Amino acid sequence: MSTVTTPETAPAPAPAQSSSSQRSSTSRFTEAAANYIDERTSISGVVKEFGRKIFPDHWSFMLGEVALYSFVVILLTGTFLTFFFQASMAEVVYNGSYVPLKGVEMSTAMSSTLNISFDVRGGLLIRQIHHWAALTFIAAIGIHMLRIYFTGAFRKPRELNWVIGFILFILALAEGFTGYSLPDDLLSGNGLRIIDGLIKGLPVVGTWISFLLFGGEFPGTDIVGRLYSLHILLLPAILAVMLALHLVFVVVHKHTQWSGPGQTKDNVVGSPILPMFAAKAGGFFFIVFGVIALMGTFFTINPIWNYGPYDPSPVSAGTQPDWYIGFADGALRLIPPGLEFELWDRTWSFNIIIPVLILTGLIVAVLVYPFIEAWITGDKREHHLLDRPRNAPTRTAIGVAGVLFYAALWGAASSDLIATHFQLSIEGVIHVNQALLILGPIIGYLVTKRVCLALQKKDREIALHGFESGRIVRLPGGEYIEVHQPVDEYERWKLVDYNDYQPLMIRPNAQGKITTVQRFRAGMSRWFFEDRIAPVSPKEIERGGHH
Amino acid sequence: MARKGSTANRRHPLATVALIAIGLMFTGGGYALFSSTATAETSTASQTTIDEGKKLFAANCASCHGLDLQGTGAGPSLLGVGAASVDFQVGTGRMPMAMQGPQAMEKAPQFTAEDTEALAAYVASLSPGPAVPDESLLDGEGDASNGAELFRINCAMCHNVAGAGGALTEGKFAPALTGVAAVHIYEAMVTGPQNMPVFNDKNLSPEDKRDVITYLKYIEKNPSPGGYELGSLGPVAEGLFVWIFGLGAIVALTVWLTAKSN
Repeated sequence: MSTVTTPETAPAPAPAQSSSSQRSSTSRFTEAAANYIDERTSISGVVKEFGRKIFPDHWSFMLGEVALYSFVVILLTGTFLTFFFQASMAEVVYNGSYVPLKGVEMSTAMSSTLNISFDVRGGLLIRQIHHWAALTFIAAIGIHMLRIYFTGAFRKPRELNWVIGFILFILALAEGFTGYSLPDDLLSGNGLRIIDGLIKGLPVVGTWISFLLFGGEFPGTDIVGRLYSLHILLLPAILAVMLALHLVFVVVHKHTQWSGPGQTKDNVVGSPILPMFAAKAGGFFFIVFGVIALMGTFFTINPIWNYGPYDPSPVSAGTQPDWYIGFADGALRLIPPGLEFELWDRTWSFNIIIPVLILTGLIVAVLVYPFIEAWITGDKREHHLLDRPRNAPTRTAIGVAGVLFYAALWGAASSDLIATHFQLSIEGVIHVNQALLILGPIIGYLVTKRVCLALQKKDREIALHGFESGRIVRLPGGEYIEVHQPVDEYERWKLVDYNDYQPLMIRPNAQGKITTVQRFRAGMSRWFFEDRIAPVSPKEIERGGHH
Repeated sequence: MARKGSTANRRHPLATVALIAIGLMFTGGGYALFSSTATAETSTASQTTIDEGKKLFAANCASCHGLDLQGTGAGPSLLGVGAASVDFQVGTGRMPMAMQGPQAMEKAPQFTAEDTEALAAYVASLSPGPAVPDESLLDGEGDASNGAELFRINCAMCHNVAGAGGALTEGKFAPALTGVAAVHIYEAMVTGPQNMPVFNDKNLSPEDKRDVITYLKYIEKNPSPGGYELGSLGPVAEGLFVWIFGLGAIVALTVWLTAKSN
């Protein structure tokens, strides 16, 4: 594999060809075609700019690509589905191939989805690929975001791209939910009913918004058509624009990389887009497509024929949203009951607004985290080298706490299934989850921070004294020692090359005053950096670690 | 005046009362006859079977349910539960219970078919109750689409739309319905075991019950057209699957793609 650094521009020389006559005719045609296109579009500048972008090689840098490719799969399969889906809530009597629904009254939306599943050639496969791709898309966005967070790739100059990426995540959730609601089956109708309840639970404005959204009393006859417009028109358009912007920023900022010998903040080591990276990425697209297609082929997803048409009276056990909305469903399950009082002839309920506010707070916190961290650290430098998670203990600990908070909400969304499958009482599951929601992040934060510091200490130890060789030697005096083998310089680089921060000092401003904001900021900075392990300095290594 | 008197004389003063009584007897009797068709066959079992059942009951059930079915602190009275209830509880292994718990667990049946029948005959002989249903209601040849609709409206809130089961309060649960014999499904509907409500013949006619069984047997016999069902548990199973196997496979592939050759 050839690795190239950015300043280097000359492409690798083409290998000598054995049959020169064939080569010349092909290359003449390529030359002529390239020339023709370039004379009319001046595209060579763009190709030069993009084709020489370097992408470093690490598995975790491909997670965003997974999201991108599953989005392409969603677009392709979604287009196929629009050929056959009818977003209407007009009542029809189903007369298709699925026996247990024959003669049942349902909406056109449901009946056309059943037709896609049973009467359109390849329809069920495409529908399942679409749905599995949607689940993969959002999951891939999720782990991509975790990778960015835990390696500190959101730091200057990439804060805005974090925000754009976060908006993409929210758009993906909206896409997912609108899509989930389209078939107008029992499960999606129950999901919409929960959303309707959620909206109606907002004080004062709830009922108005609900009637506006559903065009009257739930469920009405408008909602599927409206969600369809959002699902295939508005949301994908915004998503595509944001996605393009996201990728442009990746090119503008250049890709981040791990620190290593020869990998500095001023270069990028990896393969150029053309031809190496493009070929690999193209192949990787088909791998992702293939995995999703296999899931669509062998595993049922969203069997609407089991759920039957939506009818507001039945609610099935085990009614859950798709996984990415689970955290919201879990919040509704975990909120203790009875948070309401009566005043002025009406009930003021806080059972809904509290979880909604908590979730909004969580979402906003994730959105603005890069700015908060930049403010606390006071770090205005550009960062192109990634942090190993252990080298930013407080950030990593905050991240783990956030993940555990989310996980408790997420787990609560399947409280009923946990109860039945592990033979527990559902109340017990809920109470444990309530405790985990509060205690999990606290314990997770403390443990993670200590684990990070311990790992840093271990790194320091290895950098200074080498690693344990497992060879025990008895000295002439009878003393046993274990021989430590020095680590080689390439390995050591990774252990010692990271930023060392110190808590901000409180300094008086121009008026000679120390403001409260400054005190607060200094306090936050202390919280971030008070416990830290300084990287091994060259001087320490020279001394061979003999303190 | 005279005409009025003669009218009065033509009828006995108690005629109206008698008429009402006769009317009530006919409608009530007819009703009783009609509604007790299911219980009519309770006494068909032979006396020897009943005696056999009595012995089995005294040895295996009476310690909790009482020698005369009257119930004790440890178990409810069985008067009026009928043969259907015994056949369900004993036939699915729920009775005798292994231990007290939130609800009796299904297990391998502890009695042979004949012993179960004898127990049922004995319990049914002491007081009337729902009988074991007729074979014609269990053939699964009814209207699956009517059954599906009834199932969604009446059963899915506990048993899940695909009959995969669901949670109830305090550790109780509605069990999965796959692999349950048609006769036990019918008996469960008609007797309401554990926490299940009774769906009597006014609520779901025997024909409706047959349709529900037809639907359940249809989804059991016809595997999902979309491929493996992941337990028919809906989005939770799908989400777990996509994270563990879908994304797991893809991440493994990214690691493979970027691995340095040795």
